[in-house]
Amino acid sequence: MKKEQDYIQDIAEIRSMMERSSKFLSLSGWAGILAGIYALAGAWIAYSVLEFHPDAIFYSYPDLTNIILTATGVLFLSLMSALIDSRRKAKKQDKKAWNATSRRLLTSMAVPLLTGGILIMLIIPYGLLGLIAPLTLLFYGFALYNAGSYSIKEVRIMGFVQMILGLLNVAFISYGLLFWAIGFGLVHIVYGIYMYFRFER
Amino acid sequence: MNISFDDLHKAFENRVRLGIMSALAVNDSLNFTSLREFLEVTDGNLATHIKKLEQEGFVEVEKSFIDNKPNTSYTMTSEGKKAFNQHLKVLESIIKSQK
Repeated sequence: MKKEQDYIQDIAEIRSMMERSSKFLSLSGWAGILAGIYALAGAWIAYSVLEFHPDAIFYSYPDLTNIILTATGVLFLSLMSALIDSRRKAKKQDKKAWNATSRRLLTSMAVPLLTGGILIMLIIPYGLLGLIAPLTLLFYGFALYNAGSYSIKEVRIMGFVQMILGLLNVAFISYGLLFWAIGFGLVHIVYGIYMYFRFER
Repeated sequence: MNISFDDLHKAFENRVRLGIMSALAVNDSLNFTSLREFLEVTDGNLATHIKKLEQEGFVEVEKSFIDNKPNTSYTMTSEGKKAFNQHLKVLESIIKSQK
């Protein structure tokens, strides 16, 4: 016959299993902070070095190659940091980073991100360069909103924030890269610091 | 309310079986490998307990092929869902009544 203690333990195990099998908890705060720093650096390079100042929906810029390279670099570094740090964190908790939950988390993000990426490629030839920044914010927001189902609720909140910034970016198009820098830079850093103090310290 | 320990389903006495049911309660379906990773048990151990739940009619098995490799996925039946929720309710009231 089981005792009361056993039943309390049973409930604790049920809870922990439900959480472990449905939520990916190895997303790290450090990766968020690093991604934010890369984004701020990227925005600074685009603005000051490459003199990319998209202040209207129709904006012409002689050669987009360097801008695309900068953006790809920021994306690549952010993904690498997230990957490496998630693996490190999962290892520390003696879990696998690549499991059913993280697979679903990544698929749920990949669908809106790829759609957004293709859309942006399609609008560049029309000269709608001013829409690139708000569209990346919006689609990234959709991706995070989706991913929120498979992670902590803060991810979903961050998705909302990115969507709002994307919409504001369209409404105040003359501010160009500023909203992008806030969304991908500042918001990531704030999220990362929050995650760090809440779960990792 | 009169709750007795007899209301606790025998199938859920085992921690592994309870774990399988908990994982399936929050996932539409899970394959064998994912379940094994979440539960951290051996193949044989997991297979035995799933078999038992299958016999109770709580878990449904679906075998298919992905890239020519066999893939077995498991879902909770509606009967399983009912029994699991009932089990949770009983656990809860046992703990409440003993406080």
